[in-house]
Amino acid sequence: MIQFADLHKAFDGKTVLAGVTLDVQDGETMVIIGYSGTGKSVALKHVVGLLQPDAGDVIVDGRAVSTLDRAGLYGLRREIGFVFQFAALFDSLSVADNVALGLRRRGLSEDEIAERVQGALALVDLTGAEVRMPAELSGGMRKRVGIARAIALRPRYLLYDEPTTGLDPVTAAVIDQLMVRTREHLGVTGIVVTHDMRSAYTVGDRIAMLYEGRIRQVAPVAEVQQTGDPVVRQFIEGRPG
Amino acid sequence: MIVQIGRTTVAAVQAVGRFGHFVSDMARALPDVATWGGLTVVQMRRVGVDSLPVALFIAAFTGVVLALQASYTFTGTVPLYFVGTLVGKTMMLELGPVLAGLALAGRVGASMAAELGTMKVTEQVDALETLAYDPQSFLVVPRVLAGTVMFPVIVALAILTGILTGWLASLVLLDLSTQEFVKGLKLFYRFKDTWFGLFKSASFGFTITLVGCIVGLGTRGGAEGVGKSTMRAVVYSAVLLLVLDAFWALVLLR
Repeated sequence: MIQFADLHKAFDGKTVLAGVTLDVQDGETMVIIGYSGTGKSVALKHVVGLLQPDAGDVIVDGRAVSTLDRAGLYGLRREIGFVFQFAALFDSLSVADNVALGLRRRGLSEDEIAERVQGALALVDLTGAEVRMPAELSGGMRKRVGIARAIALRPRYLLYDEPTTGLDPVTAAVIDQLMVRTREHLGVTGIVVTHDMRSAYTVGDRIAMLYEGRIRQVAPVAEVQQTGDPVVRQFIEGRPG
Repeated sequence: MIVQIGRTTVAAVQAVGRFGHFVSDMARALPDVATWGGLTVVQMRRVGVDSLPVALFIAAFTGVVLALQASYTFTGTVPLYFVGTLVGKTMMLELGPVLAGLALAGRVGASMAAELGTMKVTEQVDALETLAYDPQSFLVVPRVLAGTVMFPVIVALAILTGILTGWLASLVLLDLSTQEFVKGLKLFYRFKDTWFGLFKSASFGFTITLVGCIVGLGTRGGAEGVGKSTMRAVVYSAVLLLVLDAFWALVLLR
């Protein structure tokens, strides 16, 4: 279980998170929506300790992330897969080496690494792309490699940062299907940060809207679709103010 | 005015603090040999082999110019075999390490700052962290170790090249015999001339690569940030290199 407990964060005096409180239950996929620049990705990065909160904390299975020492933090990160907005693939490594990098850190044998790399690439429909370099891939393929890199670790939690941003609608739908398939195959708990409502409805169990540094509403997908909250309504319908 | 001085002072103190923190983080990563061991070899090839042509090119022309300028300066009042002395001493003590260092500050320091800066702004450094790698072990230690080890090797070859071209220029252009050139080369030679230059080069290698890493990993923004970091790395490295040069002369040559 991942709990955002009154999380506060400011950059250069500008408040981004002003007390985010949210519980993500085991096995569910929570989608965090919100306007660009409202701190969705900032909240997500606190889960893996990439950012330190100014106040409050993120608690993962009872462990307050900001209080963990280096060993504790790396132990936590071994349980979490993170899919970055622009995939964050290592330019100098092939697709297979990108996927294998995290596995090598875990001290697996080369045979097991090769098997897991094949399995992860097959799950994202990229079998045969092992030797290609990131520069040779399209945006959608890069995102799929990013997902393969995360799921190859067989994590308990998967965090997606804007997984469909910048993709055409068809490729975005492919990524959505992939996230659903990944969840069905691996049974992981997921947090998806997005402002793509079609994606949110497809992959989410519950949706939380981040607005002005706090969670404005959190509810199951069907309930959010029928919401009477004017702010949430405006956002999900994409109406200009 | 006072506010400006205050801000500058605070910024300078913060920069020193960040530098100290960075170096202590790097020291903490040293036991993680399993991560940096293999990567250091890759970096040694990149820093060493790939940088060699530019260093040798500079050294070759420096050797020729030194021989000609020495001859021009002596103008018949000083025996010409002192050309060998001047070429050898100058290449070993100063021009070999400093010219190669300045060239490599541009080539190695800038490329490291640009590479790490790009990794930073494209979240590759964050991705490393989420894969449970310490960026210090994975990115910084291999580069700094490679620079510290390979700079003396590059400079040693540059010194040899400079002396060689100085000798050839003396033979062809100054009518100096090999025996006279070597006599001048041996005159006043001390073993300290050799180790001083190489030790200084190691300190330059450490500084240039460390500055490249610190500036690169501190990059903010997109392409503009990477450009600024690259420029900063070259300027800071060049300035620090000249300060270090004076420092070692003061400490070791007095």
